[in-house]
Amino acid sequence: MKFYLPPQISRLAIAFAVFITLFLVARHFLVPETFGQYGHYRGASLDDNAMPVIHFSGQQACLDCHQDIEDLKLQGPHKGIHCETCHGPGQAHVVSGEAKDIFKPSGREFCGNCHSSNAAKKKETIHQVNMSTKNPGKNCTECHNPHQPWKVKK
Amino acid sequence: MESEKVRSSRRKFLKSAATLAGATIGYSWLKSTQFLVHGAEPEDKSLPWYGIVIDIEKCIGCGNCAKACKNENDVPKEPFFFRNWVEQYTVKNDGSVIIESPNGGIDGFKQSVPDDEIFKSYFVPKMCNHCAKSPCIQVCPVGATYDSPEGVVLIDEKYCIGCRYCVQACPYGCRFIHPVKKVANKCTLCYHRLKKNLAPACFEVCPTGARMYGNLRDKNSELVKFLKTHTTQVLRPNLNTGSKLYYNALSSEVK
Amino acid sequence: MEPQHYKDLYDILAHAQGYIFPNEIDLQWGILIVVYPFITGLVAGAFILASLERVFKVTILKATYQIALLTALSFLLVATLPLISHLSQPQRAYEIMITPHSSSAMAIFGFVYLWYLMVVLLLEIWFDYRHSMVLWSQEKKGVMKWVYKILCLGVTDISPRTLSWDKKLGYIITIIGIPSAFILHGYVGFIFGSIKANPWWSTPLMPIIFLFSAMVSGISLVLLVYMVISRIRKIAIDLSVLDSIGKYLFFVLILDFTLEGLDQIHRIYEANESFEILKLLVSGKLYLTLFVSQGLIGTIIPLITLAFLQFYRGRIKLRKTLYFIVGMLVLVGVYSMRWNVVIGGQLFSKSFSGFTSFKVGLIGLDGTLMAAFWLILPFGILAFLLWLLPPWKMAPEED
Repeated sequence: MKFYLPPQISRLAIAFAVFITLFLVARHFLVPETFGQYGHYRGASLDDNAMPVIHFSGQQACLDCHQDIEDLKLQGPHKGIHCETCHGPGQAHVVSGEAKDIFKPSGREFCGNCHSSNAAKKKETIHQVNMSTKNPGKNCTECHNPHQPWKVKK
Repeated sequence: MESEKVRSSRRKFLKSAATLAGATIGYSWLKSTQFLVHGAEPEDKSLPWYGIVIDIEKCIGCGNCAKACKNENDVPKEPFFFRNWVEQYTVKNDGSVIIESPNGGIDGFKQSVPDDEIFKSYFVPKMCNHCAKSPCIQVCPVGATYDSPEGVVLIDEKYCIGCRYCVQACPYGCRFIHPVKKVANKCTLCYHRLKKNLAPACFEVCPTGARMYGNLRDKNSELVKFLKTHTTQVLRPNLNTGSKLYYNALSSEVK
Repeated sequence: MEPQHYKDLYDILAHAQGYIFPNEIDLQWGILIVVYPFITGLVAGAFILASLERVFKVTILKATYQIALLTALSFLLVATLPLISHLSQPQRAYEIMITPHSSSAMAIFGFVYLWYLMVVLLLEIWFDYRHSMVLWSQEKKGVMKWVYKILCLGVTDISPRTLSWDKKLGYIITIIGIPSAFILHGYVGFIFGSIKANPWWSTPLMPIIFLFSAMVSGISLVLLVYMVISRIRKIAIDLSVLDSIGKYLFFVLILDFTLEGLDQIHRIYEANESFEILKLLVSGKLYLTLFVSQGLIGTIIPLITLAFLQFYRGRIKLRKTLYFIVGMLVLVGVYSMRWNVVIGGQLFSKSFSGFTSFKVGLIGLDGTLMAAFWLILPFGILAFLLWLLPPWKMAPEED
């Protein structure tokens, strides 16, 4: 029996071959260069993720200038606390050196963020005060040195 | 009647066919699980492989971590977009559980239940679990989210198509669509800081040392020592996400 | 855009019940993702009905064979558009095809879709219409002559031997097509069913439930399209065709109802950690769309009506009207089912402790009008296809 290839089949085969070729060519040009370098992702994305500028400078940058404050802090329970915990992001201040570029906290609410009493806070972890009864209306820093708050001004 | 020769050749054929089939199935099974299961420890042992510990007993709910994260990573300040946040759980004497996280805890917490009604209460800081078998990576259709060689789950903002499948797949609610960039967004463990040998912002500002990150491969690291001496638990262990965020003193109410 | 978005979110936040993770206030998949499985389901269902005629030789359904195929094609062409228009970076949609992630159900769907469109549906229609298209290209003048010539890809051979190959190949494609249609819509179910983080979605029954509801909706759609086309062409509706389709609809609807019932019973009996929140969900936020719209209107009433129509052989006009109403109700029911899955699955928090709410906008890329557009567009395409490839002017079949 002679082999017979229906004309539909051969024509469709050509059409599909063209389609698949076009797809592969498009794919060749569209896939990003570093895709698959390390895994199923764009390798260059690792660099993108490492790129953003920092806002928090890190404790070491603070200590470079303010070791004196750190020495005060080291004497009591606030010793492990980094400057930027209270002062917020410091990188702008590190770069400019200007006082306006660092946040200077004040007010009862700010201290209360940590020290207001709450049933969820462990007594051993933090000193807690009832904010509504403890010297209402007064600023905590009127009596407490912010860098040595365990000492009370006379 | 079939001759011995025919039978033996048939046996041979069956044998080799069975071997071939077995090998194919075996190989394809291996291959297919490789396809479907993600993560596990990356091969490059020279890099750290990050894990995180959060000690619930030490957390005081100050919200500095959540606030710092928004500042460091330029996350919109509206209360719908958080890379990390703090929850307060309050179990009442009647057994009911109240969970709160006003503005992700950024402005601190006000105790909402009077002391005498409380059975117990505690804070739980939440963030990306940087799962080793993360469901979000599994479902991303284009490879726009991935496990970095350091075990940090990252997003490729230039490649994400914004289908939101990953947001659906994360059991911990750690992902959101950035309202300005219009792509998925999440905790990167401050990858840009890690690369500069700086601590991630939330770790930098935590006043009580309730959070700790470190190299799971380094058996002498503080993190591994902590894991060795404490009973820690991950969130949703039943989902087998390979979470690398371990909680100390995790209570059963926490989801 | 953003201020309005924020305003909506603040509104939702104010009405949130219990505790939800802060990132969950922004509900991610809106009405377009409801429309997407609905449309895909219509495609699969319509195709399976067409295949019935071909594979199982249900000659009575011949009248609806081409209509079902063209309906399937019209909806399939639109199926991915709600998805793409829902992306927040639609210009990057091509990435799904060039770097598909092998473990992502959504990525593989792209290929399942392409396979179904190119290898199944287009080929089946092509083999079915080739003879007619060749004849039309000889009859027509001007542009249309060339349109038909291009459509047959220049294969103008209509010798009996070649035509018999059309039939053979078409038959093979239909055979391949049935599992393909199952996969196409089963896969849509898998996109939801494989999300282990979401207990409302995560069930191995999800693909099967999607498949049967797809068949239910596709069969209803073909029933309606057949009735409407007959009315427009001013020819009599063949009641035996309606009875036949109605019979299939009845049986598939029973299966669908059983499967969904099984899913719910299983959930209730297992009553695992998500049970309490899901119970609140179905008895609260989903009450109307689940029990009333999907259950009562979309399933119970059609089932009773269809059961009645199985033996009622009375007034013709009444039977036709009932079939039409049943078709509409079933479509409403299946649409509600998609809604309950897609939106329902996002209304409760993954903390299992609270609910958010869904606010659907009228305008915008993710609004009701957009969804309505994607639902109406296929009918426009169908009208065009029926004009281009009229089933009633096809070359007579030779045996």
